[in-house]
Amino acid sequence: MPIKEIDLNPQIRYLSILDEKGHLDKDLEPEISDDLLLKLHRTMLLSRRFDERLLSLQRQGKIGTFGPIKGQEASQLGAAALLEDGDWLVPSFREMAAEIWRGKALENVLLVYGGYNEGSIIPDEATFLPVAIPVGTQILHAVGIAYALAYEEKDRVAMVFFGDGATSEGDFHEGLNFASVFSAPAVFVCQNNHWAISVPRSRQTRSRTLAQKAVAYDMPGIQVDGNDILAVYAAAKEAVERARKGDGPTLIECVTYRMSVHTTADDPKRYRKEEEVESWEKRDPLTRFQKYLKEKELLSEEKIEGLESEIKDEIKKAVERFNKKAESYKDSLTMFDHLLAELPDYVQEQKEELKRELDEKKQTG
Amino acid sequence: MQKLNLVQAVNLALKQEMEKNDRVVVLGEDVGVDGGVFRVTDGLIDKFGEKRVIDTPLAESAIAGVSIGMALYGLRPVCEMQFSGFSYLAFHQIESHASRLRGRSGGRFHVPMVVRMPYGGGVRALEHHSESREVYYAHTPGLKMVIPSTPRNARALLVSAIRDPDPVIFFEPKAVYRAFREEVPEEEETLPIGEPQIVRKGKDLTLISYGAMMRPALEAASKLEEEDGVSTEVIDLLTISPLKHETFTESVKKTGRAVVIHEAPRSFGPGAEITARLVEKSFLYLEAPIRRVTGFDIHMPLFQKELDYLPGVARILKAARETLDY
Repeated sequence: MPIKEIDLNPQIRYLSILDEKGHLDKDLEPEISDDLLLKLHRTMLLSRRFDERLLSLQRQGKIGTFGPIKGQEASQLGAAALLEDGDWLVPSFREMAAEIWRGKALENVLLVYGGYNEGSIIPDEATFLPVAIPVGTQILHAVGIAYALAYEEKDRVAMVFFGDGATSEGDFHEGLNFASVFSAPAVFVCQNNHWAISVPRSRQTRSRTLAQKAVAYDMPGIQVDGNDILAVYAAAKEAVERARKGDGPTLIECVTYRMSVHTTADDPKRYRKEEEVESWEKRDPLTRFQKYLKEKELLSEEKIEGLESEIKDEIKKAVERFNKKAESYKDSLTMFDHLLAELPDYVQEQKEELKRELDEKKQTG
Repeated sequence: MQKLNLVQAVNLALKQEMEKNDRVVVLGEDVGVDGGVFRVTDGLIDKFGEKRVIDTPLAESAIAGVSIGMALYGLRPVCEMQFSGFSYLAFHQIESHASRLRGRSGGRFHVPMVVRMPYGGGVRALEHHSESREVYYAHTPGLKMVIPSTPRNARALLVSAIRDPDPVIFFEPKAVYRAFREEVPEEEETLPIGEPQIVRKGKDLTLISYGAMMRPALEAASKLEEEDGVSTEVIDLLTISPLKHETFTESVKKTGRAVVIHEAPRSFGPGAEITARLVEKSFLYLEAPIRRVTGFDIHMPLFQKELDYLPGVARILKAARETLDY
């Protein structure tokens, strides 16, 4: 019997529009309004500085462990920029920039990392989920939301972020598979930052790209320069439009780099070389975006200085609000809040036990 | 009034809730075209279509995780684990997220989903198909764990579970699926979650049980009356978690003697929690140690020996008589 070639169309494109030297491919340059470009830049700069501030606060013991986003601003903002009202953002734990873009308050980021349950509050109108820590599990939630959006004929999409490590988890495969079977309006954005704590991307999978995993699910997959906000934007635009039209999900692999630590409890010197980090410094998404914007005459050194100063002040005020709120959140009994719609009687009794314990502690000082 | 078995009663609950509320959807393996391997979801796909009655790929974590997403959005998913023994793949999603998202979001989100699963032994099934691991779910804060025992209460509890704003794990005793028929009203009926019922009143001994063990418990109570002249109070927990103990702690203050019956292994089982509550609340009224009539601390054997594993009337009677004689 003659052997049949089954055509899977396994070609994966790599998209780069604004390279690390700031060279622009004008043919591929996406149309983005000046207003949107400046907003994106401001959020990128704000996230970078806020991230630095968070790290310093953690070193001072003012907040706890968290995962810095340094270097990954473009790969999350470029994609989140496509979300409109009613679209959903499903983060993992390294999407602080995308969350801020979608309206998460800086002091709420501080409160959660500071260990205050009360900081977990998400505003009623917000269509984003809280930070998800178990790797890859949030992918399924996004698929469920996407299914529900299509079920209610909403032409809205659910965009979910996860890392290279997550692509080894079962939930990644189950999620892409499920979304593909039902053509759910989901956009899967993999932030391939090359490191899952100390395990390099090459150990995560033999696949030459992560994007090609989409082929297995008969889903479009694309690999982009994750530090090129224009390429991320262009790929995400296509993916979001595809999902909105009802043509199903897409996998976008953003090739980026985790410039900082996995979390503040990590020491990267134990497993990676400084030269590698330095080589990626040259590919910083922020500097090349600033170069592009300067060439478009939307930014200048003075304007950037002005923004830096504005942002410093914004962060300062957020830290002040955080401190003030943290002071007011001293009631440990709030740990019993939001377990179920109503607290069962015997759990209420346990709350009263704790109350007595805390009252005694106060009395004996 | 129509007489339905447990399968039909659950089917009725699903059908009526889906008629009432467009946002109720059913998903799981084989639930659509095949109507479920026990036929519990039979006919639903013809009535409500494949967008609402979803045959999923073979992926339990996805079934649970996708249901969580749907529930966060605002749908009311009723998903199915084909057997409780296969639900562990979904357990991660249920413990790590379904039970936590209300707290994690400061109340902004909640997860109104139901996870239905056939559980328990007595149907001569393969390995993994007869487990009774309700404690895994009961021990997880932020979930409700409901176990009906008859067609009528299964229908009423499932309706409440679907309407509940929080995640409900709904264990269906498969040994009872087709065991008997009972009058089930066509008109909507609910039972509140978290309320054990006294199904037989008595004054000498309290039997506490749930699920498929209710029948041997009630049979034992009858025999104690006929043969020993003993008046036995029998309590059906109906909801394992949240566990409202007053029904049984007050009963034992009256009777002074208690026997707990469950299929699940003895150690660290629901009987242990019930015993602890009885000791905390009814200690001075106890005339005898509290006895637990349970499965053994082993895995359910293959079916040739399952009836020796499972508590039956004889084992219950022995423990009851020893408690009465103490």
